[in-house]
Amino acid sequence: MRTEIFLIIMGMAAVTFFTRFASAVLFRQTGVPVWFGRWMKHVPTGILTALIIPALFLPKGYLDISIHNHYLLAGLVAIVATCLFRNAIITMGLSLIAMLSLRFLGV
Amino acid sequence: MEIIESNVPGTQVASEFWIGVRDSIPLMVGMIPFGITCGIMALTAGLTSGETILMSMCVFAGASQFIAITMLGAGVSGWGLIVVTTLLVNLRHLLMGASLAPYIIRLPVALQALLSFGMVDETYAITIDRIHKKGYSASYQLGANAMFYSAWILSTAVGVLLSGYILDPLAWGLDFAMPAIFLSMLIPRLVSPTALLVCGVAAVVAIIGMLYLPGKWYIIAACVAAVTVGGLMEEEAEHAN
Repeated sequence: MRTEIFLIIMGMAAVTFFTRFASAVLFRQTGVPVWFGRWMKHVPTGILTALIIPALFLPKGYLDISIHNHYLLAGLVAIVATCLFRNAIITMGLSLIAMLSLRFLGV
Repeated sequence: MEIIESNVPGTQVASEFWIGVRDSIPLMVGMIPFGITCGIMALTAGLTSGETILMSMCVFAGASQFIAITMLGAGVSGWGLIVVTTLLVNLRHLLMGASLAPYIIRLPVALQALLSFGMVDETYAITIDRIHKKGYSASYQLGANAMFYSAWILSTAVGVLLSGYILDPLAWGLDFAMPAIFLSMLIPRLVSPTALLVCGVAAVVAIIGMLYLPGKWYIIAACVAAVTVGGLMEEEAEHAN
């Protein structure tokens, strides 16, 4: 076990526990302030978008909008699959099949 | 509505625990592949088996583990960057914790801490559903938490074992599993004009940030920009009403 990785894991554990336990301590008397809820509401959307978009548009570190970008094509399959089936496993399965097919066919 | 558990017999507390376990099973079908993928990705990114399983045991947070593993795999090893990103990803738990606070504050502090440790998106959803139907039960919540925690660690371990048999998953494009799963989480959120705008702003800032910012700061830049736009839109809608 590398010390550096161990410390990262412990740091992640500490902040994750903080986010799960702090509200119970903080809001036990007052309830959640309305303004806070409004601002926090969009954090998941922002984070998810920030993780997905570069992986699709810049898989090799530069902007690649072409049919040679398999990540972008498989991403489109994932979007269609999600809209049709609303199931994470089906989305993952179909887009991975698309990805493997593109690699295999050498498009 | 609420069940005060100190007043109910021990056998009932035990059965509430098992009902919590049972009610968790359908949602776990969606979680186990995440755990397996997490194990495979971690080894692909260069973590050892021990480090991977320790992370699942101590952190127990799917999305932030994926992100940390992705960052480590991309050569980012800055403690602050990974820990701050984990904090940002998990900020949503503050709100879930706040909504459960009225129910758990009467419990002993050690039990509050234990229940909070196990509060992930799925166990939160199961717990509030139970509150809605029958009232709160700490044993029930503990049962759901225990089930998800065990399954998360076991599925991570399965992924670690499988990864030896998959030759270079990255060359096959299996690293695409993560954006695919995140897409299936993101799309159902895009139901309002505000959510679409937040997503659009985050997308543009993420691309620009990826091109011009060092390391993985594009994630934080995109999220801060998105939350600012979303927050201002919400404020405006509030004033208009």
